[in-house]
Amino acid sequence: MDYLLPIFYFTIFPGFLFTAIVGLLANWVDRKVSAMVQWRVGPPWYQPAMDGAKLMGKEIIVPAGASKSIFLLAPILSLVAVTLSSTLILRAALSPGKGFGGDLIVIFYLLAIPSLSIILGGMASRNPLASIGAGREMKLILSYELPFILVLLVPIIKAGGTIRLGEIIAFQTAQGMIADQLSGIIALLAAILCMQAKLALPPFDIPEAETEIIAGPFTEYSGVALGVFNLSRAMSLFVGPAFLVVTLMGGIGSGPGSTLLGILKYVGLLVIIILIKNTNPRIRIDQAIRFFWGKVSIVAAIAVGLALLGW
Amino acid sequence: MAKTIIPIGPYHPLQEEAEFFQLHVEGEKVVGIDVSIGYNHRGIEKISESLTFDQVPYLVERVCGICSTSHPLAYVQAVEEIGGIQVPERALYLRTIIAEMERLHSHLLWAGLAGHFLGYNTVWMWAWKYREPVLDVLEAVTGNRQNYAFMKVGGIRRDFEKEDIFRIDQILDELKPKIDLLTGAVMDDPVLHARVKGVGILKPEDAYSFGAVGPTARASGIKIDVRRDEPYAAYDRVEWDVITDPAGDVFARVKVRLLELYESVKIIRQCLRDLPGGEISARVKEIPPGEGIGRVEAPRGECFHYVCSDGTNRPVRHKIRAPSYVNVPTCQVTVPGETISDATIILASVDPCYSCTERMQVVDKEKGTTLSGKDLVRLSQEKTALLIKGGHR
Repeated sequence: MDYLLPIFYFTIFPGFLFTAIVGLLANWVDRKVSAMVQWRVGPPWYQPAMDGAKLMGKEIIVPAGASKSIFLLAPILSLVAVTLSSTLILRAALSPGKGFGGDLIVIFYLLAIPSLSIILGGMASRNPLASIGAGREMKLILSYELPFILVLLVPIIKAGGTIRLGEIIAFQTAQGMIADQLSGIIALLAAILCMQAKLALPPFDIPEAETEIIAGPFTEYSGVALGVFNLSRAMSLFVGPAFLVVTLMGGIGSGPGSTLLGILKYVGLLVIIILIKNTNPRIRIDQAIRFFWGKVSIVAAIAVGLALLGW
Repeated sequence: MAKTIIPIGPYHPLQEEAEFFQLHVEGEKVVGIDVSIGYNHRGIEKISESLTFDQVPYLVERVCGICSTSHPLAYVQAVEEIGGIQVPERALYLRTIIAEMERLHSHLLWAGLAGHFLGYNTVWMWAWKYREPVLDVLEAVTGNRQNYAFMKVGGIRRDFEKEDIFRIDQILDELKPKIDLLTGAVMDDPVLHARVKGVGILKPEDAYSFGAVGPTARASGIKIDVRRDEPYAAYDRVEWDVITDPAGDVFARVKVRLLELYESVKIIRQCLRDLPGGEISARVKEIPPGEGIGRVEAPRGECFHYVCSDGTNRPVRHKIRAPSYVNVPTCQVTVPGETISDATIILASVDPCYSCTERMQVVDKEKGTTLSGKDLVRLSQEKTALLIKGGHR
């Protein structure tokens, strides 16, 4: 029965089903908190699921001249990558002894795949707006990946040079979370900004800027394909902040008390991201690149320097 | 680099109405722009010729939902000029109050939309929430949130009660701190400045050559305002300033509009204080033959109406020029050289009202050419000749 266990991990818990449910709830929290900030009422908690269900019943239209296979594969690629990264992160968080050497690097790459599949889908759409959006997504990836790598160096240095997520978590369980120290706090600040861009939320929702290029790479998507994209983005809303909780904020622990604390940390991080989203206008792509390669990278580099000094 | 055309319109999330801009882009940079207006032709001017002088305000109120005071006001002023009608003082003051209330809600509406266009939906919702009490009080005093049916030839339709004056006063008290908050948020937000400062600069000479009006021209340092240059209603009886800004960028246009909110509040307060008693409407018997023009400073700029009468009970010619018709084309100089992201906010920064730019455009689909006015006259004459030759009319 051993070979069934990984399948269970991937499809049920902590993989697809669990992440999908939590992701949809996170999406609802996003919409509800945004509504509260904007003096609106906001949707009921099951609204994201209903939206998804509605899209499942709609027709998929593949634009004439689009490369059909890539167009339809892109959302699935995104969903699989998010599910896989969620499985790896939560498996490591729940039982830090498990996992393999270098899984941090694997997760880092898996987290980049949703953005890459958005580029693939946009480029395959054969639509000028989608191409512009895909081009912007590409520039956005290039801009935030550098500080994001620098930020990840901080827990690696702190935990004694390991690139195994389980060891970083074990280190934090023993010594207290990394964001307790100066370098950790600075790293967390930079990491939140990178995560904001990774999730393509304002002020970094440049690839799908509604009032400029309609929906960017998603312009031509409809029906199940759009639903899968939306689901994978809702799941990213869980996986992204959860990754920061695990690497910088002490993980989610094992006892019920520390698990509750871990959930609170995640929700807190989510609310911060939502508040940033609602208090900023969208910036231009050139401004985003300058911002990440300049200010954020410098801040992240300072965090790495402080971590090396033992602060 | 290859040139691509990015379409904004005819249906696009940027615009609530149908309008077509084609951005010629190289990468993110816009190198050229084509503007097509005329997706919203309703034949208002022609319909006007079939209505009596008293029915036309009802029609021109529907030229634009937001400027639903400016158009009727300009029209009735044109007709009053033909007839040499003396409008009672009280009506002039009440016209001023309603016109300025309209400016308040229109500028708040635009501030919200500008936020939305920049992806700043919180500003959108907040500005519209602040706008809501203004609409409520307009409904209380005129009966409608929009399309107030307030203006008529010779005066106004509905008098203010005592409590109406109290109500407006109260709303202004409540509105003031909210405008302060909004203005403060815009003036101090560094991220917002990064998006709108130095973007889409309209030089004064370009503003002149395009004939830009209203806040668009005033944000380029041109001090024009019909309320000051050719006072109508009670604008010459109150103290207020024409707000200008020499910068000419999008930020200047935001600033001019926000500061105009304070001037509107100032004007309304003085009108409420000085409001004279007496009649609200002059007795109008008939409109003699002649021509008249009415000019009104609508929230978007000068709104111009020309009315020609031949002594019957309906206008023989009614010509409307709304401010957006001259403001929208300024994008030909403000947009090229900027990025696609900036193009959208520049297009929106003139506060375009596309239904006001209604013009007819005839396109020959087979040849792909657009027919000019001369072509249309020729076609019309040819058809008339054909009909006469055919022996029936």
